[in-house]
Amino acid sequence: MSILILAEHNNEEVKSSTLNTIGAASKISSDIEVLVVGSNTESVCKEISSYQHIKKVLSLNNMDYEHAIAEKIEPVIMSIADNYSHIFAPATTFGKNVMPRVAVKLDVAQISDVISVESEDTFIRPIYAGNALATVKSNDLKKVITIRPTSFDVVAKEGGSGIVEDLQFDSNKSQSEFVDREESKSDRPELSTARIVVSGGRGLQSADNFKLINDIADKLNAAIGASRAAVDAGYVSNDYQVGQTGKVVVPDLYIAVGISGAIQHLAGMKESKIIVAINKDEEAPIFNIADYGLSADLFEALPQLSSELDKLNSIEK
Amino acid sequence: MKILVTVKRVIDYNVQVRVKSDNSGVEKENVKMSMNPPDENAVEEALRIKEAGKADEIIILSIGDDKCQETIRTALAMGADRGILVKANDEIEPLSVSKIVAKIAETENPGLILMGKQAIDDDSNQTAQMTSALLDWPQATFASKIEMEENTAIVTREIDEGLERIKVNMPFIASCDLRLNEPRYASLPNIMKAKKKPIDIKSTEELGIDTKPRIENLKISEPPTRQKGVMVSDVAELVQKLKYEAKVI
Ligand SMILES: Cc1cc2nc3c(=O)[nH]c(=O)nc-3n(C[C@H](O)[C@H](O)[C@H](O)COP(=O)(O)OP(=O)(O)OC[C@H]3O[C@@H](n4cnc5c(N)ncnc54)[C@H](O)[C@@H]3O)c2cc1C
Ligand SMILES: Nc1ncnc2c1ncn2[C@@H]1O[C@H](COP(=O)(O)O)[C@@H](O)[C@H]1O
Repeated sequence: MSILILAEHNNEEVKSSTLNTIGAASKISSDIEVLVVGSNTESVCKEISSYQHIKKVLSLNNMDYEHAIAEKIEPVIMSIADNYSHIFAPATTFGKNVMPRVAVKLDVAQISDVISVESEDTFIRPIYAGNALATVKSNDLKKVITIRPTSFDVVAKEGGSGIVEDLQFDSNKSQSEFVDREESKSDRPELSTARIVVSGGRGLQSADNFKLINDIADKLNAAIGASRAAVDAGYVSNDYQVGQTGKVVVPDLYIAVGISGAIQHLAGMKESKIIVAINKDEEAPIFNIADYGLSADLFEALPQLSSELDKLNSIEK
Repeated sequence: MKILVTVKRVIDYNVQVRVKSDNSGVEKENVKMSMNPPDENAVEEALRIKEAGKADEIIILSIGDDKCQETIRTALAMGADRGILVKANDEIEPLSVSKIVAKIAETENPGLILMGKQAIDDDSNQTAQMTSALLDWPQATFASKIEMEENTAIVTREIDEGLERIKVNMPFIASCDLRLNEPRYASLPNIMKAKKKPIDIKSTEELGIDTKPRIENLKISEPPTRQKGVMVSDVAELVQKLKYEAKVI
């Protein structure tokens, strides 16, 4: 039983979602090969080849693949799919874009957003925004799976000695063309892997007020998140959104400020270890899942929190 | 140009979904059903493209039981022209749905197919990508902006890193995000008018598509519930608790 993993990377670095996906695959096999499609990916391939369990890294390294275009990656996977019983990718926007194409070309039903690998054909995945968990068994010969990264430990970054092999594939023309990308740049930890996340909702009232969230995040070395309402209102950009149709986060500490706690938001954060809610409405549903609730006006509470954190830091110094 | 829009009938997003006690599924009896939210955005986008003079007919496609006609009517009341219902079991998988959509596209020849990015019941996020692969049309997933040009379109996609813009040739498939637009409400006169709009009913047999499920639901269970925590009286207490009790800061 050999598993192929489609690696997510940005041509320079391996994304942590790839490490979680290898971690998930290692639950059922130690015969794991990784496909790296990209441009100037020598260092990415080399790095992955040293991860535990990795037998082989297949590299398609070509300028044509600099940007991840699903229509171009899918035929690459199809050219080697015969060799594997399972094909895994992270359930990120990258993996979600490519994998259903592979599934339909193989005529198999994809299992999306897996949170537990029970056996080689049985998996658990959330449905209805996480209000139910489905234990499903695939009766297809090949399993095409996307993995929810936050549900699996990352693979050890050493201990493997995989070989890197160049893949021969004639690049195909696609009818989609990359134009440009607007990536939010920040020095803060990445939202999906941060140890602490401070999220703001509609209660913040403006983009300018989000500075209050930034300030707390800086003091806790935290990532910033947001509700859909805050993104829709333009307080922050879409990549901050946590929830059913945004990102899933599982930090040690999640602080929800001015967020009511709609199920679609909870779908993205309710597995966090400790949840703090700050909301002026005592009845807000977010308090039902919070470990620590503070019923207060955020415009008073956040400046106070900031100075309390300063006090802590000065004691420690 | 024709636009084909898919709409799925799902449990309304405001309903607190309950798992059946025998773990066979979720409670669907006497539960409010609605159009899958991003499918409303897909309908709205089609209407705007037509209103801009870039399309002349909007066809609504739903796959499921007879009640899906209500969902189709909702889209017709928003302004779409006609509907197609393909009757199938309501647990039909994205793999089969994509085959049906592709089949209908082959006969209707739309210049554009608009779908939702994700059905909020199965949360699969697969059908548009699968349909694109079957038809060999370009895919523009997670679209938050669609700019139609002569024979191409520029689509802004919401990705984990931020936003990406791609250029796609027509015909193409887009999967719509909730931020694509603000769906309109149907006016009363339009609801009345929609009652007279045609809905064509087809079966999967007639289309020659095998919809046998590939995935077996062994068990649908309740997720673990979180214990409700405590309320703190002020910020100082909160910080103390986080530092010394939870030890997370
Ligand atoms: C298909 C679908 C998918 C969705 N996906 C997502 C998703 O991925 N993520 C997501 O977040 N949402 C999602 N939503 C939207 C979701 O249903 C809610 O509308 C949204 O989460 C609400 O955001 P909010 O809590 O910031 O705003 P609101 O619900 O408006 O809550 C604002 C809160 O701020 C509090 N507040 C106001 N002023 C103050 C103050 N001065 N001090 C303290 N508290 C204050 C209020 O008491 C209130 O509780 C989705 C919806 C649908 C239909
Ligand atoms: N049974 C169905 N009938 C009509 N459209 C559907 C159906 N299932 C899925 N779709 C479309 O495909 C999109 C994505 O669904 P999914 O891949 O299941 O998350 C939905 O938003 C719908 O537009």
